[in-house]
Amino acid sequence: MLTQISAIETPLHHWPAGLKLGLMVAGSLALFTLQGWALALAATGVAAVYLSQGPRFSLEGLRLLRPLWPFLLLLAVWHLWLWQPLHGAQIALRLIAAVGLANLVALTTRLEAMLALIERLLSPLRWLGLNPRLPALAMALLLRFVPVLLDKAGLLMQAWRARSPRRVGARIVLPLALAALDDADHVAEALRARGGL
Amino acid sequence: MERNLTHIALFAALIAALGFLPKIDLVSGVPITAQSLGVMLCGTVLGARRGALAVLLFLAVALAVPVLAGFRTTLMALNSPTAGYIIGFPLAAFTAGLVVERLRIDIFPAAFLGAVLGGIGVLHVCGILGMSVMLEKTLPEAAVLALPFLAGDLLTAGLAAAVTRSIARLRPASVLSRA
Repeated sequence: MLTQISAIETPLHHWPAGLKLGLMVAGSLALFTLQGWALALAATGVAAVYLSQGPRFSLEGLRLLRPLWPFLLLLAVWHLWLWQPLHGAQIALRLIAAVGLANLVALTTRLEAMLALIERLLSPLRWLGLNPRLPALAMALLLRFVPVLLDKAGLLMQAWRARSPRRVGARIVLPLALAALDDADHVAEALRARGGL
Repeated sequence: MERNLTHIALFAALIAALGFLPKIDLVSGVPITAQSLGVMLCGTVLGARRGALAVLLFLAVALAVPVLAGFRTTLMALNSPTAGYIIGFPLAAFTAGLVVERLRIDIFPAAFLGAVLGGIGVLHVCGILGMSVMLEKTLPEAAVLALPFLAGDLLTAGLAAAVTRSIARLRPASVLSRA
């Protein structure tokens, strides 16, 4: 499965994932409290991090901002209509900077590093009496079964198209959910057969 | 124990897989928000606690892999106007599961009510609060932004209830919310 990690090697790639995540959270909290010039300066800072890694890295970052477009469009229409362009620009700038900051982590952190970090973050669960291996095993199962379920969904859709001239509809959700349930039972049995949890 | 774990993991995988599917229409023209369908199903099939855990597991993996609809990661979604919906996901599954567990009526109306209360009520309350904060709009203004999705969400809740009822018929042992 694809992660968003950039093929363009940057110094950020070598930073520990925990440090990047911490900086990102702190930066985001700061962005949501800053106003006016301070905010503009902070946003310029985020942009500078992207630009300092070269134009191709910056373009990748720009592409990851795509899900924001509907909201930016909405802000533009809304605040031009009420004629508060500065207020609208400030909200938009904050969103772009915050999302850009979050994406920096995704662009420069390998999957294994991130998963190891999540495991570490979840390790206090041990004090609640939970086996610390459980979350890791559950994440591994999830990652393994997304492609399996997608393959099954693909087969179901092919079968649909072979029988019906209409577009694939919501009826494939039930067989897909049944496939997930049956797989869950089989994997549970396999885990038990290997000594259980 | 093993069954709980694998059901949680597989339903979390189902949420992710639903997000990757090409758009499926319920009634032609009304696209269903496939991931909120997955969240509703987690609650109605797995029950409150397991359902919420499945959603949390999905969000934890989404920190590292962009499995949220639109190839987004949890970090990105939390910093964008949809933050409230992400925070609302586990609460929605929990609510939907709680309704199905506690309300000892026929599975279809119970699941529908759960999906509506959790997957629409709780989810949109969280989502609207989030949009109001992130876009600096008043609550009524933010609510207007959520309005266009309500019709589709009602249909999605109906689908979640129908799927839950069918699972209860075909794999009664797997409906952990009623086990």
